[in-house]
Amino acid sequence: MKSLLEVDNLAVHFHTRNGLVKAVDGISFKVEAGETTAIIGESGSGKSVACYSLLGLIPKPPGKIESGSALFDGKDLLKLSERELRKVRGKGISIIFQDPMTSLNPFLKVGTQLIEPLQLHFGMGKKEAWAKATSVLEEVGIKNADKRMDSWPFEFSGGMRQRVVIAMALITEPKIIIADEPTTALDVTVQAQILKLLKDLQEKRQIGVLFISHDLSVVADIADDIVVMKDGKFVEQGSRDDIFERPQHDYTKKLLNAVPTAQKPPSESSAKPLLVVNHLCTQFSSNTPGEIIKAVQDVSFTIERNEVVGLVGESGSGKSTLGRSIMRLVRPHSGSVLFDGREMTEIEGKNLKDMRRRMQMIFQDPYASLNPRMSVYDTLAEPILLHKIANKKGLDKEVFRLMDSVGLARESVLRYPHEFSGGQRQRIAIGRAISTKPEFIVADEPVSALDVTIQAQILDLLLDLVSEFDLTMLFISHDLGVVRYLADRILVMNEGQLVESGTTDAVLNNPQQLYTQTLLQAIPGKSLVQNSQELS
Amino acid sequence: MTEATQTGQLMEVPKGVSLWQDAATRLRKNKLAMFGLVFLIFIILLCLITPWIAPYGYEEQNLRLGATSPSAAHWLGTDIFGRDMLTRILYGGRVSLFVGFIATAVALVIGVTYGAIAGYAGGRTDSIMMRFVDILYAMPFMIFIVLLMVVFGRNILLLFLAIGAVEWLTMARIVRGQIQNLKHQEFVEAAVSIGLSSFAIVWKHLIPNALGPVIVYTTLTIPSVMLLEAFLSFLGLGIQPPSSSWGLLISNGVESMEEYPWLLIFPGLALTLTLFALNFLGDGLRDALDPRSSGD
Repeated sequence: MKSLLEVDNLAVHFHTRNGLVKAVDGISFKVEAGETTAIIGESGSGKSVACYSLLGLIPKPPGKIESGSALFDGKDLLKLSERELRKVRGKGISIIFQDPMTSLNPFLKVGTQLIEPLQLHFGMGKKEAWAKATSVLEEVGIKNADKRMDSWPFEFSGGMRQRVVIAMALITEPKIIIADEPTTALDVTVQAQILKLLKDLQEKRQIGVLFISHDLSVVADIADDIVVMKDGKFVEQGSRDDIFERPQHDYTKKLLNAVPTAQKPPSESSAKPLLVVNHLCTQFSSNTPGEIIKAVQDVSFTIERNEVVGLVGESGSGKSTLGRSIMRLVRPHSGSVLFDGREMTEIEGKNLKDMRRRMQMIFQDPYASLNPRMSVYDTLAEPILLHKIANKKGLDKEVFRLMDSVGLARESVLRYPHEFSGGQRQRIAIGRAISTKPEFIVADEPVSALDVTIQAQILDLLLDLVSEFDLTMLFISHDLGVVRYLADRILVMNEGQLVESGTTDAVLNNPQQLYTQTLLQAIPGKSLVQNSQELS
Repeated sequence: MTEATQTGQLMEVPKGVSLWQDAATRLRKNKLAMFGLVFLIFIILLCLITPWIAPYGYEEQNLRLGATSPSAAHWLGTDIFGRDMLTRILYGGRVSLFVGFIATAVALVIGVTYGAIAGYAGGRTDSIMMRFVDILYAMPFMIFIVLLMVVFGRNILLLFLAIGAVEWLTMARIVRGQIQNLKHQEFVEAAVSIGLSSFAIVWKHLIPNALGPVIVYTTLTIPSVMLLEAFLSFLGLGIQPPSSSWGLLISNGVESMEEYPWLLIFPGLALTLTLFALNFLGDGLRDALDPRSSGD
């Protein structure tokens, strides 16, 4: 059988002011009807550029297609004129973009956006198009589709919006769908639903899917064929089983190993708990007057010294607010937080400053958590001087010592945050957190903004620091795989409440609550975790 | 300065680490901004030493001469009273630049402080502080100035203060908006969790990040203050002849534009060139203070 799409030796270069960037350098792949081809690579590996260039969606100049061919429907896409390409874009190949929040026009009703391509490409009348759009909306699992056609995009949740975007891609009955990280911006349970939806639709309509992702565990469940890319170059290609069980290339192995599947051995706990949280409630007044958002409701737990506790939940479950309440970044409404026997919710002034030295926080987004106008030196020196960890004389030495322990090159001491990659920035942020020699660290999704291989390095760094400095850590994450890698115990939060807690082993292998079970069901790449368990 | 040991490990931090020193280095690389700076310094120096270099006295009339076009004796011509234009422009620059810089500095200091406090404090403090700004905004500017003049008498220093006291309102609003956006960023939360005081957070983390628009607005304020002074002088509330300022010279020059164009052209040129230099310097400063712009 002939393939739907055959891309051969595609090369796309960008001619920028700073020289030639070979974004895509000789990539070949095929997409078959009813199957999924996944392109895997870290950010900057050229995977999106490769797919977008097929539809002429890269800026030219500076981009230029240097060589290659892409046979679709007997025509070479790379040689088509803009006019001919426009026909292919809607009818032949559609795209699902990463972020459902920005890929819909906020000022047009969903129905209006859905029927647009039908009127454009098929010359359908408004009534006919409307009926067709309603049926597609139903097909992607949106209830009351005829009513929802009249809704605005903001009236849908993230997952529902992505369904609308999928409906939009499907409506012209394309032969191929390019899905560019379609679930990266979504919660893990929603992600599972969307992946399943894509798989079902694909089988039903015999569409070929080109799935772009940085996350191996996501494609583990859905891909038939996998292409691995690195720095624009082709690394390896094979069936799903080939790649996961018999990877040939070192880079593929590295990617596979970076997926956190191992489990931390339990550590001993001492008698006196370091942190006791009792009936903690935190609430905000919302924009609607009189309405109160209860972000954290009656949460109680303890953390022993030298323990790493994972706090898991979907976005909006209140896990970040809980972390911030403990840190006194937001003021709790009621309840108590005892840190080493001292009440945190009450103290002020000098006492509070002293307690801040003893507990530190690592934030999610290393691009936002560093002051863009402060060099590494300034960032690290500030807390050291503030808490008199070192005097002026010993300052330089102390800064270097910190940089060494988080693995930053000393030469970069005067650089500014924007000159670093995401992983290096997170190292700076970690350096700042341990600069005050704290006993307790709240890590709020510290690796979720990072590529998977970098993620593994940062997690290992955190584990090293925990044992080196006898740290106690509350590790907040939506990713159970990550938590499993470093937590002794797990707390599960849903809608502001603590629904389950227990040792990592107990929670993951024998969850008691329905919510925890759904959360576990939703982890992408479950097959991967199971494989590694069988191996070990 | 930098010492590397044999292992290639840096042992000492190289000097020049503060944002401002860094900015100065970057500014020095920006040719246009440096040109602006040099030109400004030249103009300022010229105005400072005016009493010693001016060829005539600023009030020295020569009625018989009247308005003459530029000549060897009077390089930039004379006005209708036969006063030397070069002298009057130099003396006018003293007043204009003084008004421009002092009033803007007043606006800058009050506006940035006020806006930063309101923006960072938020809540009720912010509401009260900004309503006060709204009230001042709503007050007719002219009445405000006239009132001041009536109460305290006509005084050039008072004029600067009055202008500054009006210009800071916009500055405060700009800074407040910037700070409000910035204060929810994670690096500010990080600064809180380190244990920094509110003052240190505002001063070291928030204001440096809000400087871009502030500098741009400042370079816009200086010329608008100069023109405001001209307007007030024209109304008889500011500088009075025979004293001069660029604004005053220009508004006089406009009246006799057709007969004696040099009366408008030369003071106009002086003002325009200064404003150009200011804009170049302002743009350069903004870029220099943003480490991200140094990439290419």
